[in-house]
Amino acid sequence: MAVPSHMEFFIDPNRCIGCQSCVQACGECDTHKGHPMIHLEYIDRAHSAQTTPVVCMHCDQPTCAEVCPADAIKRTGDGVVQTARKPRCIACNNCVLACPFGVPKMKTEFQLMMKCDMCYDRTSAGKKPMCATVCPSGALFFGTREQVEQLRPRSQPVNRFQFGRQTITTKVNMMTPKVGQAEYVDVTAAMDEEAIGKSIFLNILSVVGEDLDDSDQG
Amino acid sequence: MAKLPDQLNNITERFGPHLAFNTGVRLATNVEPDKIVKTHCCFCGQQCGIQLKVKDNVVIGFEPWEEFPFNQGMLCPKGVKRYLQGAHPDRLLTAIGRDESAEGGFRPIPYDQAISRVASEIQRIQSAYGNDAFAVLSGASLTIEKAYLMGKFARVALKTAYIDYNGRLCMVSAAAGNKKAFGIDRAANPWSDILKTEVVWISGANVAECAPITTNYVWQARENGAKIIVIDPRITPVARTCDLFLPIKPGRDIALFNGILHLMIENDWLDHDFINDYTVGFDAVAEHVRSWTPRRTAEVTGITERAIRQAAEMWGESKSSFLLHARGIEHHSHGVQNVLGAINIVLASGRIGREGCGYATITGQGNGQGGREHGQKCDQLPGARDISNPEHRAYIAEVWGIDEKEMPGAGVDAYEIFRKIDRGEIKGLLSICFNPKVSLPDNDFVARALDKLEFYVAIDFFLNESAYHADIVLPGSLHEEDEGIVTQTEGRVIKINKAVDPPGDAKQDWRIIQDIARAMGRERGFTFNEPREILDELRVASKGYIADYSGVTYEKIERQGGVFWPCPSAEGGDDQHQDHPGTPRLFEKGSWNPIAKGAGPFYFPDGKARFNVAQYTPPAEDVDEEYPIILTTGRVVSQFLSGTQTRRIGPLVDQYPEPRIEMHPRLAEKLGVEDGDWTMVESRRGRITLKAQVVTTIRPDTIFIPYHWAGAKSANQLTIAAQDPISKIPEYKVCAVRVKKAETAPDWAGGGRRA
Repeated sequence: MAVPSHMEFFIDPNRCIGCQSCVQACGECDTHKGHPMIHLEYIDRAHSAQTTPVVCMHCDQPTCAEVCPADAIKRTGDGVVQTARKPRCIACNNCVLACPFGVPKMKTEFQLMMKCDMCYDRTSAGKKPMCATVCPSGALFFGTREQVEQLRPRSQPVNRFQFGRQTITTKVNMMTPKVGQAEYVDVTAAMDEEAIGKSIFLNILSVVGEDLDDSDQG
Repeated sequence: MAKLPDQLNNITERFGPHLAFNTGVRLATNVEPDKIVKTHCCFCGQQCGIQLKVKDNVVIGFEPWEEFPFNQGMLCPKGVKRYLQGAHPDRLLTAIGRDESAEGGFRPIPYDQAISRVASEIQRIQSAYGNDAFAVLSGASLTIEKAYLMGKFARVALKTAYIDYNGRLCMVSAAAGNKKAFGIDRAANPWSDILKTEVVWISGANVAECAPITTNYVWQARENGAKIIVIDPRITPVARTCDLFLPIKPGRDIALFNGILHLMIENDWLDHDFINDYTVGFDAVAEHVRSWTPRRTAEVTGITERAIRQAAEMWGESKSSFLLHARGIEHHSHGVQNVLGAINIVLASGRIGREGCGYATITGQGNGQGGREHGQKCDQLPGARDISNPEHRAYIAEVWGIDEKEMPGAGVDAYEIFRKIDRGEIKGLLSICFNPKVSLPDNDFVARALDKLEFYVAIDFFLNESAYHADIVLPGSLHEEDEGIVTQTEGRVIKINKAVDPPGDAKQDWRIIQDIARAMGRERGFTFNEPREILDELRVASKGYIADYSGVTYEKIERQGGVFWPCPSAEGGDDQHQDHPGTPRLFEKGSWNPIAKGAGPFYFPDGKARFNVAQYTPPAEDVDEEYPIILTTGRVVSQFLSGTQTRRIGPLVDQYPEPRIEMHPRLAEKLGVEDGDWTMVESRRGRITLKAQVVTTIRPDTIFIPYHWAGAKSANQLTIAAQDPISKIPEYKVCAVRVKKAETAPDWAGGGRRA
């Protein structure tokens, strides 16, 4: 059994509400029960409620596997990068340090690198990953490209990322806004007594998205 | 002698809260469950569908239920980890009775003996002081069958006027406002209408944390082109990316609604045909809001005039809209006025009763909607009938097989019950599904009142903090140990299915209530063998009035994915009611209801909705020199209500272990407080020391503390017991406090150390 190629994973940080439902549900998956693999972080809690979930991006050429001295990290034919193989993993931490997305976790209690495997027990059996099933805000979505185009007309999937000189293409898509400009918002901006001139229209759309779109097309 | 035991440490060692994590079979992989039961989450008013995996009479995990239409498999973290409340080490497996010599202050006692003692104490108190000397406090997390039975038990078996419920803390302002404006108390629309609207207006609702799945509806509306307007003193996760955010000063919502209506009138953003044909009272309201100029509105609300004008324009020019509100505008000493103000801008726009045009309060508790319809409210009888109405009394007396004269009259609200206990008028109490010592404001007063009771019996599955004061605690049932119906936030009636049997001596709550009635020699009317029989009686009791459930059956719920009430029964109804599917959207033009009888879509004899003048008054306790900062309270996503369940679920506690004090850096700087500092907040009623969380996402004149914790961590030590004169909801959302850096850490954090 393999993950069907028409079913894709989409991350939409714009929708994330930081509820950690994905983290709690991740620990319920049989392949890593009790050990959530998702990273959910506040970007800058002092100034914003913005959070973003990070699952494994399942790179076409996984850096984690490339740096593994023990050849313990395998990418299955359906493009899913699996947790390190227990008999091979030497817990050297190379993959943890090398992953540009910061995904793998070193579980010292097992002497094993573990990571998101897109709920392989579920996705290879025709189900959705646990996180993308429960996510109450649609920040994590698993479905077809047609579905996402229909449901999210304001944004577009991107799967190419630039880290310095390294270009990475991934199986997992990041939803990025089609137009617009991000604005910084402070609660005092719309307060009567101390308006400090910042925009009170919160434009959610990001210029960065356009750039990524261009590079994706090119 | 309902006194708090001497050794509180012993209590928590014996009865918890202890933390449950997934261990054993719950941690094992590839375990084949004996069965998978389709049911719903036990927590909030959304009642998400979920499938519980059961092995050897234990819920060992869950599987998303993607076919259930409301949430389509989505769950918040509470729903994901809800299964850990079962097979919990703190579970009460027997009845327990107060015994100071026992570990934890309580000793297990045989169930029958406990029931006999309860019955004889009720009879002793009632014969010595009168029937009304014994009170009942119930809850809106109970199924409708249980909630109905509690109302009947109080009026028929105990013959006391004094029953009320914890929806008093939750839904009553919205309920009262809706009844005054629409004549009916229910969300006007299914959430599917949110997806089809141009503007979503969210006032005082931390949707992402308190109704997480509703977020997806709001986000999807935005994808479809809707503008989102959020009114809140904090930039909550749904406010973060909204189109317009109005950081309102807590307690000033009426001013904003009046100011918006003022601008709607000034710019003629009105639906004159709708106002003329379907409403009454507009002229008086228009006259009232004349003085609410943008300048005055800005001064009172603390929002810039420009933002108020932008909001009015977005709302006014829209072709469709959906207004949502929640406790943020309802938990006030003028909560009903706030709700009426919100409804006024909906009615003036004419955008209600059709696709994509809606209005709703977001229900808080699991059965917050259904639990407020069938008679556990102090002034209410089943079907949303009125206990003071002679016709209603006569009808229900007949259903119950009693003489109408024997039925008590209206009682008082839950907080007033405690005042009566304090004054010695009420001597005995039965509570179920209610933890007032944590959830009521000024809760030191509540604890002292509990100590004055001659006899207190609590029914619960865990020993909640109020039950610490009890003489007897009867072991009740968890959500997954019983079946029944619940009405969720949209007005959709759903079915809770039983997954496991109650362990030990624990019993389904309706059996416990019937056992007490039997032990009192009043078993007539309390001989139901299963919840279905209770529902059958409720269907008759609710028939023909507003909250008509007579056509609701377990089978129809399963077949349709829920049934929206009103759902009149087939038999005896006129032709249009044959096999009624339910009513997802209220107030559609041409719709029929039992009050208007065809005169119009609203639930008044003339079929028209009511504008009501919404009078602005400041909060009961405004800030002053001595207490210069506003305290507002609310929830976090990983905890629920008084925490009796969620403070026992390890992964949820880990997510947000202790309450913190949210404050703006500008305020923190003034106070010399840094992020993470132990900080003391003091009101006229109590004080609390917690760590500060310094964030720019809250107004600098306001601090926020979540309320789910007990004892020294309870925010309700500080809150004020001021209540709305109509709904009697307490003012949780505003009181005055002073704040300073604490000199030492609190005792519970190993106090004495320098902060």
